[in-house]
Amino acid sequence: MFTYYCDLALRSLKRNRVLTALMVLAIAVGIGASMTTLTVMHLLSGDPLPGRSAHIFYPQVDPSPASFAKHPLDMMDYRSALDLWSAHRADRQALIADSPVKLRAPEANVPPLMRTMLATTSDFFAMFDVPFAYGNAWTAQDDADRARVAVISSELNNRLFGGKDSIGKILRIRDSDVRIVGVLAPWRPSPQFYTVVAGNYANGQTADFYAKTEDVFAPFSSALEINDGNFQQFTCWGMPARAGHLTDSPCVWVSLWVQLDGAAKVAEYRGFLAHYAQQQKTLGRFAKDDTRMLDLMGWLDYNHVVPSDVKLQMWLAFAFLAICLCNTVGLLLAKFLRRSGEIGVRRAMGASRRAIFGQCLIEAGMIGFLGGVGGWLLTLFGLWLIRNQPVAYADLAHLDAGMFALTFAVSVAVSLLAGVVPAARASRIAPGLQLKTL
Amino acid sequence: MQIQPILAALRKHKIPAFLIVLEIALACAVLCNAVFMIGQRIGEMRVPNAIDEAGIGYISVRGTDPNLANADIPRDLDALRQIPGVTASAAFNMIPLGGSGWNTDVGTSPENLLSKDSPNVAQYMFTQQGPEALNLRLLQGRSFSGEEYAASTLGDDFMPTAHVVLVTRSLAERLWPGESALGKRIWIGKQTNYTVVGVVADVLRPNQNGLGAAGFHWSLFLPVSPNKGMGAYLVRSAPQDRERVLRAAVQKIESLSPAAVVKGRLFSDIRDKFFANTRSMVWMLVLVCVVMLAVTAFGIVGLTSFWVGQRRRQIGIRRAVGATRGHILQYFQTENFLLSSAGVAIGMILAFGINLYLMQHYQMTRMPWVYLPASAIALWLLGQLAVLAPALRAANVPPVVATRSV
Repeated sequence: MFTYYCDLALRSLKRNRVLTALMVLAIAVGIGASMTTLTVMHLLSGDPLPGRSAHIFYPQVDPSPASFAKHPLDMMDYRSALDLWSAHRADRQALIADSPVKLRAPEANVPPLMRTMLATTSDFFAMFDVPFAYGNAWTAQDDADRARVAVISSELNNRLFGGKDSIGKILRIRDSDVRIVGVLAPWRPSPQFYTVVAGNYANGQTADFYAKTEDVFAPFSSALEINDGNFQQFTCWGMPARAGHLTDSPCVWVSLWVQLDGAAKVAEYRGFLAHYAQQQKTLGRFAKDDTRMLDLMGWLDYNHVVPSDVKLQMWLAFAFLAICLCNTVGLLLAKFLRRSGEIGVRRAMGASRRAIFGQCLIEAGMIGFLGGVGGWLLTLFGLWLIRNQPVAYADLAHLDAGMFALTFAVSVAVSLLAGVVPAARASRIAPGLQLKTL
Repeated sequence: MQIQPILAALRKHKIPAFLIVLEIALACAVLCNAVFMIGQRIGEMRVPNAIDEAGIGYISVRGTDPNLANADIPRDLDALRQIPGVTASAAFNMIPLGGSGWNTDVGTSPENLLSKDSPNVAQYMFTQQGPEALNLRLLQGRSFSGEEYAASTLGDDFMPTAHVVLVTRSLAERLWPGESALGKRIWIGKQTNYTVVGVVADVLRPNQNGLGAAGFHWSLFLPVSPNKGMGAYLVRSAPQDRERVLRAAVQKIESLSPAAVVKGRLFSDIRDKFFANTRSMVWMLVLVCVVMLAVTAFGIVGLTSFWVGQRRRQIGIRRAVGATRGHILQYFQTENFLLSSAGVAIGMILAFGINLYLMQHYQMTRMPWVYLPASAIALWLLGQLAVLAPALRAANVPPVVATRSV
């Protein structure tokens, strides 16, 4: 029966091509717009560390004067960050600070480059599951020794060394020579979660949280020496004595991430953090003993990482889909009722209302499937448009298998939904009246 | 035209009538808000910026030795000024709309720093010829003197040792509302203060720094002698020369400092990049509006055509008993007008609600009420336009239809 209804549906669709095309197009456009924005939303709001994010936390303390801020600041001053880090109370912990650097490779014939260097500590790579193509992370000993070593991104390795194994080669960062100990495999966390700060001050313009990762990673202590004078503060409550040199400044500019496996450890670390803040307050270094420790996803939510334009676009697309849906309902109604005579004959010959309802729904579903094909093509086009936009997340906009399947599922679901009212109406057609007019 | 029979007929077609109303309501709600957003974004892109945008080229120089800056900068500037067509050139710490920049909290006294009365402002610094390179428009007071540039150096804290400052009109009004700013003091940090010697027309900051449109014009300008921290040059020329001048300037700096990373950009490109997101959002909104209106119009065409087909016999009868073509045409037009009216009525309420929601969650401002009647009229017109073709077809139904197969 199903195949027969499919055949009938196809015939019916062929009978009035303009009306069919209008319906398919309406669904395709609605689906294309919604799926494009939904895909972007899905890519931007996803978990950057699936399975692990619940164990990653962002501790915050407040070293600023009493009147300065209501909440703990988004980053930490050097001393607090270093105190907390060197206490080693978490399973893994990493300090983080970004700074711009000039890069050269004595062996490569490439003009000097300005790139961003991430000053961090050895746990960073293991904690965030960073993939390596060659070599490894530096060791905790390297952190302590201020070793002149670095890990570089795969993109930089391609640029400087043509993608070959460059372990042991020399990279000149500003004026210091460092030895490359690791080369990352392509790594594109979305967002670049570990540097997300200040989302609350961005007025929803947070697209830059989705930028590519840094190109050079160096031990925190070494990077501070190599690039002294080029670090940028997040905010200050007094003038730094020497701009760009922030270790003893009244500024916050360092982040600390910790990994805590298990609820007991989380509670314990919260206690440790509170104790540290109280102790510093007693010592007179802190004016407030506020602390906060959100987990990774909590921190991303707190910073409203998904750009508000993306959310607006998604709502807009769904409103648009609703309009297309209304449209399709109307056109389906017109289509089914135009066939009243035919339906009357079927009913008179013994078809049940349920059979008529089913037949109509199959026709609606077929339109949905055709609309899905169109919607899929339009989604691909929409994503292509986004890839050509000058936004930081442009390169991420691709349709994955899940969203591909969802496109068809949504399309068929939407058209079935649109088909319910017209099909119900058609199945209520009284056979007698129709036969009389034939 | 009598409305009574139309309403009676609509009562027989509740579902299609309801669908048209719903579709128009949704379209009206989305259209209002989308057009409002488009207007807002275009307004954002058009904020005044009193510099010579068409003639400025910007050359950033990074990765040089900061200790040599006081020798390098005069040498570079000399070279830049020799390029034919350059009318002014100076070293800067940053540029309007450049993205990242130097922001600082300022107060009118050391006491009100770090309070609500201490706005966050953009701190521009430039060497001699800076005002000419930007083409700052002086509204009150004077610009900096040669001695003021020469006497001002940057300490380790990167604060100029100058004692004078230029402020934008918006900043002057923010700090001293209703008063003249000339001669007043601005405090940056508890120890450092600068005396306002001049007020210039509004210049944009490198970024909004989370302050929204209100603080976008809060900028101040400090004079410095060639020093570290001045990582960029501005060259100004006639607009038709700017590309050639910029190319020549980049080449000169590259040859003078081979170890540096030099990048030249026209100001117009900097502006385009800054507003790229805004512009693409505007296009996307326009696209959605157009496609949405088209879909709505096709929906009306489809449903009305269906109605016309269904009522051929009734139309024939009406024609047979004396209705003119005009009457039939009018009938469908009035019907559409009634449905559109119901649609836009609901749509306006919906639009208002959406605006309230957006105000709460997306930093949107209140929509001026004119958007509501404007989009209502747009949808009325759209409805009339869409119904025209099917209504004409209805008007062409010959009276003889009535005599067949009754």
